[in-house]
Amino acid sequence: MIDTLTNTVLFVMLVLTALAIVRMERLFAVVMLSSVFSLLSALLFVTLDAVDVAFTEAAVGAGISTVLMLGTIALTKPTAKRSRHTAFVPLIVVCVTGAALVYGTLDMPAFGAYDAPAQMHVGPDYLARTPDDIDVPNVVTAILGSYRGYDTLGETAVVFTAGIGVLLLLSGLRRRREDEDEEV
Amino acid sequence: MIFHHLILRVVTKLLVGTIILFALYVQFHGDFSPGGGFQAGVIMAVAFILYGIVFSLESVKKVFPEWLVHKILALGVLIYAGTGIATMLLGYDFLDYDAFAPLHPTHGQHWGLLAIEFGVGVTVTGVMVAIYYAFAGRPPSLPDEDW
Repeated sequence: MIDTLTNTVLFVMLVLTALAIVRMERLFAVVMLSSVFSLLSALLFVTLDAVDVAFTEAAVGAGISTVLMLGTIALTKPTAKRSRHTAFVPLIVVCVTGAALVYGTLDMPAFGAYDAPAQMHVGPDYLARTPDDIDVPNVVTAILGSYRGYDTLGETAVVFTAGIGVLLLLSGLRRRREDEDEEV
Repeated sequence: MIFHHLILRVVTKLLVGTIILFALYVQFHGDFSPGGGFQAGVIMAVAFILYGIVFSLESVKKVFPEWLVHKILALGVLIYAGTGIATMLLGYDFLDYDAFAPLHPTHGQHWGLLAIEFGVGVTVTGVMVAIYYAFAGRPPSLPDEDW
């Protein structure tokens, strides 16, 4: 009962935030509202018992990406460009896609169902073996670090590569501009 | 030295230490509670970014210089891959942490997990702070009044 209430309130707030974001033109307010959006999703993840994901969403979505978006606004313009096209075609696309997604969820197992495919594959095996093999209470850590250590190494490499890419793009530009200034 | 935003400055000084402490908790308690290297790295980076926003980019760069950020960015991946190579040198498979304590395989797993989570945390902290520096370090085209 209380779960349904919390979820309903959070989802209504999410939708309202999204509508407000669409209607805003000042990008500062848009960035702040998308930070609120992330915080609300983090709360939803907490109600789903996905505290790890909630952590990440709160820190990355509400925190760091907001700062980066503000930094981007400081480098560009504070207001949105008015679109000259009508919103009719995008509206139809969104409605059709949304309807298709909702239709897709009809086939999904009920929320928290024990016989959902996601719970039937290797999950029970990991849960059964972790106390003997790894002996850590947090099975997520055991899976990510030990059983799937190779994948996590790849993920770390991806984060590293992404960081290097952004650095090359942004600081490379700055250096070139400084060089041009010197030539002038 | 500018003294405006006094409340923000005082609150930030109080918060930054707590955020770093929480990041360390998420990092090293990840075996027992939700969290791990990725979350800890992001929270750690948030502490530096918050300090940078409220004080200035120059003052946060004094605490955490740019060259150091660029070094630890790569260091984390090296720690992770190095753990794997260490297990290989001990005669086990790549990233098979049983190698660290052959008599007590679960102890070996604990040490291995600590090492690789630390590597992930270091890289994520470095990447997040480096991206923030890259964005904030460019001259803004928007004057402060236009916000």
